[in-house]
Amino acid sequence: MKPQIVISLKIFLMLTIITGLIYPLFITFAAQIIFPQEASGSVIKKDGKLIGSELIGQKFVSDKYFSSRPSEIDFSPMPSGASNFGMTSTKLKSLFDERKKEFAEKNYINDADLTPHEMLFASASGVDPHITPQAAFLQVGRITKARNFDEHRRRLIILLIASLTEKPQFGFLCKPTINVLLLNIELDKIE
Amino acid sequence: MFELYELIQVVIFFVLLIVVSPFLGSFIANVANGHKNFLSPVLTKIEQIIYKFCRINPAEEMDWKVYTLSLLFFNLFGMIVLVLLQLLQSYLPLNPMNLPNVELTLAINTAISFVTNTNWQSYGGETTLSYFVQMTGLAVQNFLSAASGIAVMFVIARAIKIKKGNGLGNFWIDLVRITLYVLLPLSILLAIVLVSQGVVQTFSSYTEVTTLEGYKQMIPMGPAASQIAIKQLGTNGGGFFNTNSSFPFENPTPFSNFLEMLSIILIPGALVFAFGKIVGSKRQAWMIFGVMLFLFVISFACSAAAEYSHNNIFQTSGIMEGKETRFGILNSVLWSSATTAASNGSINSMHSSLSPVAGMFALLNIQLGEIIFGGVGSGLYGMLLFIFLTVFIVGLMIGRTPEYLGKKIEAYEIKWTIIAVLLPGIVILLFTAIALSVNAGLSSIANKGPHGFSEILYAFSSAAGNNGSAFAGLNTNTFFYNLMISLGILIGRYGVIIPVMAIAGSLVKKNITPVSQGTLHTDSLLFGILLTGVILIVGALTFFPSLAVGPILEHFLMQRGIVF
Repeated sequence: MKPQIVISLKIFLMLTIITGLIYPLFITFAAQIIFPQEASGSVIKKDGKLIGSELIGQKFVSDKYFSSRPSEIDFSPMPSGASNFGMTSTKLKSLFDERKKEFAEKNYINDADLTPHEMLFASASGVDPHITPQAAFLQVGRITKARNFDEHRRRLIILLIASLTEKPQFGFLCKPTINVLLLNIELDKIE
Repeated sequence: MFELYELIQVVIFFVLLIVVSPFLGSFIANVANGHKNFLSPVLTKIEQIIYKFCRINPAEEMDWKVYTLSLLFFNLFGMIVLVLLQLLQSYLPLNPMNLPNVELTLAINTAISFVTNTNWQSYGGETTLSYFVQMTGLAVQNFLSAASGIAVMFVIARAIKIKKGNGLGNFWIDLVRITLYVLLPLSILLAIVLVSQGVVQTFSSYTEVTTLEGYKQMIPMGPAASQIAIKQLGTNGGGFFNTNSSFPFENPTPFSNFLEMLSIILIPGALVFAFGKIVGSKRQAWMIFGVMLFLFVISFACSAAAEYSHNNIFQTSGIMEGKETRFGILNSVLWSSATTAASNGSINSMHSSLSPVAGMFALLNIQLGEIIFGGVGSGLYGMLLFIFLTVFIVGLMIGRTPEYLGKKIEAYEIKWTIIAVLLPGIVILLFTAIALSVNAGLSSIANKGPHGFSEILYAFSSAAGNNGSAFAGLNTNTFFYNLMISLGILIGRYGVIIPVMAIAGSLVKKNITPVSQGTLHTDSLLFGILLTGVILIVGALTFFPSLAVGPILEHFLMQRGIVF
């Protein structure tokens, strides 16, 4: 058995070098050359300053911006996290009722049952960057009012939602979504 | 409800699985048999360098005892190194966030769980582990634990094929060849495609940004793509980030989601055909694959139905708690079914927030023994144990000596089979009972009512089944849970590997009985049905009572609108 033990140590060393050093270094090298933007976190700059990552959702409180989904970690991914509430949780039920009421009031919606589900439940990562286009359309009235936009600009917002909606990838993968941060950046450009 | 094109995606998923598995399986069989393949021109040289450096004689065959001891020692050594890496993290390079050394019980828990292909996450990647530990510690074990599992499966396949022999192959050769020829090339391909979708792969420090509304947000980074590729392919499942494949940097788009999901079952599915090719029976492989696929489709369909059905507490259907918008309901459920059927354990939605019935199927997939595709290697050798059991039971019924592919299944094999089938179940039920009786176990529960019980049941099922996913409300980063779960994982892994190796050691010495009129054909539809029956009866008898007081009870309370 003794020779096997020596072999074990040596082979562990060799395979660690291959799979733990050469492999990740090679992938990093290749990734940074072929997809530098994606490999570095798809960060977005505005006036030379980092304002976020396209893939990481942000907190939007102001009436002037489209809201993101509820987040258990308040959009601070250190670490990322979810509520992990079970379906029979009182806390989840009361949060649900609260959010439903709040979304309807904030956006002047008469029938609160129209609220898309992603706005009523917290995401898995805590930084879900997307909402559904429906959830975006429901917020247009409130944003128009908060920004004192006229009818023409209100239509521009609607066009913006339509143009930024991400269709199912390759035509069949998952339902349409819209990226809240990208939408709000474009929204700021309407004046 | 779901759209038609979403259904098309599900169909494409299954068709791809069924089409690709035989081809990859045939390739893996070549690797097992030491035959040349299209990668040989590049890799043979690297192989030879490794064998020379390690002084391995490629012609040397091991019997089951030497093979098992080599594997056990190699795993033990891996654990020790991984514990040390974590304990010394702050003195090692590539730690841009200056993360402190990991606490001892957490380090032990993480090491054991990664070496055994479980990848339980008591740690939170971005706040606990440095790039160096993730890369040279966790990712390395992602490869090696997967290779260890596949090696054991090679051994049992050879034991069935070889007539009156003794040698079962060479563990070191198997280890190196599986890593170089199967795991590495697939990982490289997947990693690059994942980066193209937005998975990060960088050594720069975490980035602090000022958001559009002016808040500070810290964005974690790291060499994630290389690790996530093997985490999915090797049925490992331990996330680079805390929320695993729901975190956008780990799984950014529907396409990355589709690929990661397919990668979960790809190698376990292919190994069935590799087994078929090694033992020389394609029909045998299709029978096993059919049983696995059948159980998987049933479990997925029931979970999806549960998720889409009306919820009396919220008075609506399609609950999005713990799910990501870009995946939606259907892809969250397909993932939860795949990751628990194969013992992967990565998640793209929070299993704790699934509807009780969908959560139950996730739990049941694990409890059936991680044999519906299962872990790489471990799923198939687990399934073979159930086949031995079925052959034995049917043999008793028709009054013939039970045999499988010409090898007699006798008292010795059945004794070991029963040990391996029952041990994980004992761990799950006994450990859950212990946790429910002591304060240290109860104080970690997050949800009240039956869901709290399900949290504990899930934790020990996940440990014993070497799955690694969780009802993550339960705070398991405590002294009690770190140690209990580690123990559960060890029994669940080696309590099956050692019996399988012992059976292989016995089978390899036997003669092959020629096929006669009275031979029970194990590649028939009838046998597939019998096998499914045995799996479900063993699973149901063992776990139904515990499921009744957990998810089933919760389901009925939920339908009456009762909350806790």
